[in-house]
Amino acid sequence: MKQKVSTTVNGRRHEHEVEPRLLLVHHLRDNLGLTGTHIGCDTSQCGACTILVDGNAVKSCTMFAVQAEGKSLTTIEGMAKDGQLHPIQQAFWDEHGLQCGYCTPGFIMAAAYLLATNPNPTEDEIRKGIEGNLCRCTGYVNIVKAVQTAAATMSGKPARKTAVTAGGE
Amino acid sequence: MAVTQLVGSKIHRREDPRLITGHGHYVDDFTRVGTAYAAFVRSPLAHGRIKSIDITDASKAPGVVGVYTARDFKGRLSGTHPALPVFVAEKKYVPERFPIAEKEVRYQGEIVAVVLAETKGQAVDAANLIQVEYQELPAVMDLEKALEKGSPKVHEDAPDNVCWDFTYTGPDASEAAFNEADIVVKQRILQNRLAPVPIEPRGVMAEYEEYDKKLTIWMSSQNPHFIRLFVSGAMGLKESQVRVISPDVGGGFGSKISPYPEDYLVPALSRIAERPVKWIETRTESIQNATHGRGQIFDCEVAAKKDGTLLGMRVVQYLDVGAYHGTFGSFQPVACLMSGGAYKWKGISARTVGVLTNRVPTDPYRGAGRPEATHLVERMVDLVAGELKMDPVDVRRKNFIQPADFPFTQNFGLVVDSGDYEKALDKALQLVGYQELRKKQADMRKQGRYMGIGLSTWIELCGFGPSAATAPGTGGIGLVESAQVRVVPTGSVIVYTGTHAHGQGHETTFSQIVADQLGMPLENVEIRHGDTAEGPAFGYGTYGSRSLAVGGVAVSKAVGKVIDKGKKLAAHMLEAAEEDVVFDHGSFHVKGSPDKAKAFGEVAFASYGMSLPQGMEQGLEAVAYFDPPNLVWPFGTHIAVVDIDPETGSVKLEKYVAVDDCGNIINPMIVDGQIHGGVVQSIAQALYEEVVYDDETGQLKTGTMIDYMVPSAGEVPPFIVDKTITPSPTNDLGVKGIGEAGTIAATASVINAVVDALSPLGIKHVDMPASPDKLWHMMREARK
Repeated sequence: MKQKVSTTVNGRRHEHEVEPRLLLVHHLRDNLGLTGTHIGCDTSQCGACTILVDGNAVKSCTMFAVQAEGKSLTTIEGMAKDGQLHPIQQAFWDEHGLQCGYCTPGFIMAAAYLLATNPNPTEDEIRKGIEGNLCRCTGYVNIVKAVQTAAATMSGKPARKTAVTAGGE
Repeated sequence: MAVTQLVGSKIHRREDPRLITGHGHYVDDFTRVGTAYAAFVRSPLAHGRIKSIDITDASKAPGVVGVYTARDFKGRLSGTHPALPVFVAEKKYVPERFPIAEKEVRYQGEIVAVVLAETKGQAVDAANLIQVEYQELPAVMDLEKALEKGSPKVHEDAPDNVCWDFTYTGPDASEAAFNEADIVVKQRILQNRLAPVPIEPRGVMAEYEEYDKKLTIWMSSQNPHFIRLFVSGAMGLKESQVRVISPDVGGGFGSKISPYPEDYLVPALSRIAERPVKWIETRTESIQNATHGRGQIFDCEVAAKKDGTLLGMRVVQYLDVGAYHGTFGSFQPVACLMSGGAYKWKGISARTVGVLTNRVPTDPYRGAGRPEATHLVERMVDLVAGELKMDPVDVRRKNFIQPADFPFTQNFGLVVDSGDYEKALDKALQLVGYQELRKKQADMRKQGRYMGIGLSTWIELCGFGPSAATAPGTGGIGLVESAQVRVVPTGSVIVYTGTHAHGQGHETTFSQIVADQLGMPLENVEIRHGDTAEGPAFGYGTYGSRSLAVGGVAVSKAVGKVIDKGKKLAAHMLEAAEEDVVFDHGSFHVKGSPDKAKAFGEVAFASYGMSLPQGMEQGLEAVAYFDPPNLVWPFGTHIAVVDIDPETGSVKLEKYVAVDDCGNIINPMIVDGQIHGGVVQSIAQALYEEVVYDDETGQLKTGTMIDYMVPSAGEVPPFIVDKTITPSPTNDLGVKGIGEAGTIAATASVINAVVDALSPLGIKHVDMPASPDKLWHMMREARK
């Protein structure tokens, strides 16, 4: 018993017939071929599948595809425009905010929501803002730095950084 | 090496553009036309006899291609799970292991049946319809209980549950040292069982092509060549008929080194069903079935003089092997060989006992044996300091192996290549502001606050490893490394390495080395790895902080061979003697006449043409293998500062300083990143993480990331990281390793800080994880 679902994903309209039990993340990956959204757990804890649904950060494994009917979705593939990286992507690259890269799309999308709602967050606000996402490689140090740098680029205000490293080079 | 521009610089990672835009390729991103999906039925019991498996309903379920049990794989898979000698030459009992249980299950999660279906959902639905009837058997979940007489047996043939009992050095080795002692301190130290939890779970897709007799496996692996070796053997295929592709890998931490049951079953299913088969592990499956790490008990005694001079150590390691021997499961006893740490000892007696239990097997997890050794010796040194009322810094200084002592042969005959331990210590003390912190601590204690400062002056051995040392442990295969360099006619370069990367950034660091050596821009160098159909015949993989110190050196040697051939050809082109030609900044020129030169690209192009010197073959490519003469020995000092809530027992990490020395550095940004991640994984062991099973039923109680307590950004302290640089004399690049350093160092500093904080209560030791609950109880007891 399939159901119709129409969504706008990264600015493009899609119509599909899906099983009602199909999770949004599987819809994105298997039906739309958008494999940048990753699956890291089965309990909505890791945040690797975070996307924007009408501008809100959502773990796409917590929604059925049919619940996205009529909604506008942004995935990691929709962040870079015309070959230009989004400032958050650029900041993750500049600050070495990723290692294996598996959690990264989720973090970038969570950061996009955080900075949309709080353009100049403190370090503490950043750490709280990305608490729903887990990373096993970076110890979060450079992810926090990347969000600070992105905030500065996007708001035009200097980053609210605390010293996280000394010396080293 | 030539004077360089790229080596030593912060270079943006070349792998990042695809990863930050969602264009990476992890194993779940591949699907072949006609793929069937596998779902495994696993034992819910820790120990049981399989009475019957009813597949009737499952076989009739929608979309089901087939349902398979052990008998379907008999005759299609042969041999037993590889269990290599590694550090324990003699084993008492190594259980046979088939990838799917036939009569008995011995840990929760062991596979008993598998369903193939057209979709993932259909496979899972049908798997839920399979009825397995078990006769429950008594399970043994605790390694001490497993050693008791009359304990339940994990395997009938091993009545004492002992997998190995191996003495490295007997009581004699430390007897004289203990006879001289003014004090002896004793402590039992636990190492909590840990789950590696890479954010990408494991996954396997296999396609067997009957008419070509070829098998292709896509999987998330740290060492695809070893998988090819093991799986081809089990399937009765020639190694050359099997291709293993390990694409982008979302973290490994040791859990993607050894072959797993699914790595055999999925290819076998593809052969049976004659179509591609895919399986992606769920997180619950991962925490339940991916090999665990640590899980040990150490009984330790240290003899010392009144002035703080360390004399001798006696150490016994009891290691929870799990239900079967992990492929590299006896690697962790290296903890015994490293138990002396950064210090000089008159004698150390060491013994390891591997104990079978009804839990998932243990295998190397980031650091593997060296975190345990560091934790052990650094705790013991603090206990000595406490007993003698000395500053723990002073005891360390007094006993360090000194710079003039290197190369230093330690108690087990291993040769420490280089170091300057006091330099790293001094830098860390200065960065943390040690003297002021001690004053602050005294003030806070007057206010009833529990503030603690903990040190870890860690060392490790890595870069596995010299074939003379590692071949006996791996069935004759030394853990050397290979590289191939191919220069194409227009002068750009493709480098194939036998290592792999799962976050370490080899595409960047290895190309820094090559680009500098060849005097060309980074963009002219491609680094490839992870596909056994490409590059050298065999690669040895990435684990044990070996990729740069062994693989990077192999790359550099292969480039050297290309330059050597280029010189011969350039000499011919320049009509000069070969010995008069030098290669510098990307061009070959005659000594003393820099204008008489041929660019590297010109020589490359010429090498594929007609005008070669007599006897020279066409082409400009080379393969090199590097067999290191020794392991490499990184070191450093980490200092943690904690504040413990007297009411709740909650530990707040106020400050964390890490000064590490990994020899010469290729890319400081990547080195810092490795330290950050390693330290946080180690802090997680000290404060949060533990795999917990119910003692009675054998049920895993920490099967999700939250129950297991993987820390989030909110739990992590601010860091100060810095370095000293003491080049390694072991290889031409002067490099050591950094992948595991943070994980090796940090538990000791955190727990030493926790104990230091609670020392006014008379608390001398705290085991991991130092959870609020545990500390609250300890504080309450101590206050009574």
